[in-house]
Formats: sequence, C-alpha cells, structure tokens
Amino acid sequence: MAKYMLIMRGTEETTAAMMATPFDEMMAKMGRVNEEMIRAGVLLTGEGLDDPGQGVVVDLSNETPVVTDGPYGETKELFGGFWMLDVASKDEAVEWAKRLPRMPGAKCEIRRVPTIDEFPQDNEWVVKERAFRERTGQL
Amino acid sequence: MARTADGPPTAESARRAVEAVWRIESARIVSALARYTGDFSLAEDVAQEAVAEALVSWARDGAPDSPVGWLLATARRRAIDGFRRRSALEDRYSALPVASPVSASDEDLLWDPDRVDDDILALMFIACHPVLSPEARVALTLRTVGGLSSEEIARAFLVPAPTIQARITRAKKTIAAAGVPFALPPAAERRDRLSGMLSVLYVIFTEGSTATAGDRLLRTDLAYEAIRLSRMLTALLPMEPEAFGLQALCELTAARFPARTGPDGAAVLLEDQDRRLWDRSAIRRGRAALDRASALGRGLGPYGLQAAIAACHAAAPSVAETDWDRIVLLYEALGRVAPSPIVDLNRAVAVAMAHGPESALSIVDELVATDRLSGSHLLPSVRGELLRRLGRTREARAELELAARLCTNTRERDVLLLKAAGLS
Repeated sequence: MAKYMLIMRGTEETTAAMMATPFDEMMAKMGRVNEEMIRAGVLLTGEGLDDPGQGVVVDLSNETPVVTDGPYGETKELFGGFWMLDVASKDEAVEWAKRLPRMPGAKCEIRRVPTIDEFPQDNEWVVKERAFRERTGQL
Repeated sequence: MARTADGPPTAESARRAVEAVWRIESARIVSALARYTGDFSLAEDVAQEAVAEALVSWARDGAPDSPVGWLLATARRRAIDGFRRRSALEDRYSALPVASPVSASDEDLLWDPDRVDDDILALMFIACHPVLSPEARVALTLRTVGGLSSEEIARAFLVPAPTIQARITRAKKTIAAAGVPFALPPAAERRDRLSGMLSVLYVIFTEGSTATAGDRLLRTDLAYEAIRLSRMLTALLPMEPEAFGLQALCELTAARFPARTGPDGAAVLLEDQDRRLWDRSAIRRGRAALDRASALGRGLGPYGLQAAIAACHAAAPSVAETDWDRIVLLYEALGRVAPSPIVDLNRAVAVAMAHGPESALSIVDELVATDRLSGSHLLPSVRGELLRRLGRTREARAELELAARLCTNTRERDVLLLKAAGLS
C-alpha cells in the first residue's frame, strides 16, 4: 500500500462553475465520492479550500516577500482541495481520480506521498518532525 | 474511449486498468449481480467472465469512459445469456425473467445506498459462510470482496494459481449445494456469523503479517488488504465494537511493520525494533478505532483487548518503559473472554516483564505440564528465553534449539539459532 494525494486543480472557470452550482448539489456530488472512498477503506483524510478570492499570495521569488490578494490572474491553475488515499497502486489512485465530479477546467493531480521512514532517520530535522508527529498524531 | 497520455492501449495497460477498477468495484458489482440474479455463484461466474472480456476488449479499444458501467453491463448480459441457456435446456422459455437490454440505468443498480450496504454485507457473510472450509472462506473473501485475482491470491499464499481457482470453484458449488440464499444472516445467527467473518479477516491479516512458511517474514500486501476490508466492515457496521476492535488491532500491528525486518530481511524482535520507524498515522487510526470500540459501551471483546495490548506497545518509547502491569491485566481479561494457551503464553511474557522471569516460568511450566502447545515453537522459545534470564544457560540452549527445529519460518528460525549459539 502507498499513500497518494489527489490534488484538485481548477481555473477561474472552475471556480465560477462551482459557485453557480447549488450548494446541495455540490455537496451531494462531492459527498458521494467521499462516501465511496470511505466505504472502500481507502480514504485517510481530505480537505477542501475556501474561495480563492479570499486568499492571498506571498511571492517568495525575491529577498523581500510581496503579498498580493488572491491567486486570481497570476496563475492559470488554482488548488481547490485534496484527498489523501491509502491504495495498492498508482493505477488505483488514478481510478479514484476518475470518479471525481466533472467540472469545466478541473484537473486532478496525483502524487505519491513519501513516508517518513524513507528519509534518513538520523537527520536532526527528521528527528524533530517525527517527535512532532508522535506528539500530535499527524499523518 | 478515454485517451491516455502514455500511448495506445496495450495488454499491459488494460491489465493494470482492469486490476485497479476491479479492486475498487468487485464487491459492489458482484453483490449487485447476486441480488439481480438471486444466485451468488452465477454472479461470481459472470463477473469473472466480464473481467476476462475487459482484458481483451480494453487492450484493443482502451478503457471505456465508464469502466464500472461496462463491467456491470457485460456481466449482466452474460447472466441473461445464462438464464436463456438454462431456460432453453429446461424448456421453460415462457418462465424467463424478461431481461431488459443493458442500459445506462445499470450503474443505478450500484447506487441505492440502503441496498448497496446490505448487499456488500451479504456478500461478505456469504464468502465467510460456515459451510465453507477456512481456506475457502479466505480465498473467496479475497476474490469477491477484495477484488484480487486468483493469481494474486496464489502468490500471497505460495500455492499454484490452479489450486486457488479450484478452491473457489468448489466453494461456489458448496454454497449452491447448501442452498445458501444471498441475504443477510437471520438475526439469531448474526452474532456468530459476524465473529466468523472477523476471524476470516484476521486470518488474512496474520497470514500477511507473519508468513507461516517460506523465507519471507512479511507479505504486507495481504495484511494491508485485510486492513482495507476491516475498514470497509466498520463503515458498514458502525455499531459493532468487535469490528472496530479488529480494525484497531490490524492498524496497530501494521504500524510496526516498517521496523520488523532489518535491511537484510532478518526478523527484528519487538525489543530491538527502531521505534522511530513505527507508522504514527497507522497508530492514530488504530487508537481511534479502539476508542470507538470502547465508546460503544459493550466492553471489549477478544479483538478489542488485543488491540488495547497493541496500543500499550505503540504508546511506549521502549520495552523497559512499557506499561507491562496493564498488559498483564489485559491478557488476564483476554484469557477470560477467549481462553487459549497462546494467550497464557503471551501473559507469561508480560508477567516476566512486569514481575521477573521466575513467576513467568511457572505459567509456562504449567503449559508444558498440560501439553497444550506441544509442536509449537513458541513454547520452547519463550521457555528458553526465561531460562536464559534466570541464568540456566544449558537448559535455555536446549529449549531454543528445540524451538528452532519446530519453527517453519526460516527467518524466525535464524533468530532462534543465533540466540542459542550466543549461549555456548
């Protein structure tokens, strides 16, 4: 088994389409997929992100960070949320992604999440991170 | 047809796509077909035929836009053909259930949540039916509920694929012969049948976590499959403490997998494990499931108690700092709800840690005297270890050598021989 993150990516068009969809309908579409993942025993966690219009972007490309409102206009793709799955293979993760609701401009990126034991255990930052995970039970 | 970035469809891409879809959907598809046909064996047959057809068709045309719909429609068509053949043979054509042509509504068959839950549960119950041999229950559960192929199951159990194939065919015949209906067990049998099902999942898990034979210590894919099935079960039965107990036990035990083998593949004992390698998120999931089992307020059963013991280990920074007193109490409770010589032996190990080897040895000697674990390498290996701690080196060595002779797992045997050799 391996951990995969399914990352929702969309465009302004996607956001607009989501906003135009009645709340109950949107919840039902997402809820159905989530429920399938839960019932199949593969969902570890997941979160959806708030309206990108409420977000800010901190530009780190220069020494002095520059803060701008929202990722609008700057980027072609907006992150909308993620699922963390425990599945047998990348193919299975892909199969789950295909079940996500269809929306104009939406894409789902699939990335494997390395586990902490893949890192050198003696590295001081790995040690600190592990201690944090032990204290808090973080994934 | 869906286009993929990695070129035209091939036999390999089709196999991977079919495998992935089947793992996700086998339980829903087979159970929906079993409800539709009223015949579990037929449902399993036609589902497998659809899978075989998918391997050919998807390799030629690529995976369809709705793989689930495709598989279900194909299987349903096969079932209808089967009905027709059977009816023709029996010359009762007029009694034929009028089967509608395959339609887009096929997938709706999978989306009646009330029925889907009951169907999948019925499928799990039938695969674990007491008329079947324990091996058949395991094979049938992995194939119909878990969506593994006969080849995958055969690889996991180190037997030839035709053996598994034959086991499944025989199992389906047994179910048909016994007239087992595709339905939830009657209320009066439910409790026993559930505990039977949990034990099938646990057998799959333990088979995956300690190979009974061969040179691989871990067959983790099998163990993870058991975890996935136990998660499915708790989603379906949110009020059953022992289902959560089993899930907790599996998650907490699997959390230790990354630390259980050294770089050379040799077994690493609990006391020598690098606990930093334990999977904290699996521990968290195990604890959450255990909390749920307790919160249901009906007391912990055998799986819940074993999970509580595993949780003690998971919480301890080292062997020395483990709450052995609590573990002794939990083993005592476990011995009351599920008496077994293995539980007594484990209690002896915990007693040795909590109160020293002397009092533990008397429990072990009692087991030897009553001859309840003869033939198992576990008894002499624990006895050998206790004798070693008591400084009775010569006896310890003889016991460890006996344990090594009885042990069928080559990795574990190496550990025992190494320990014995250290006592010369």
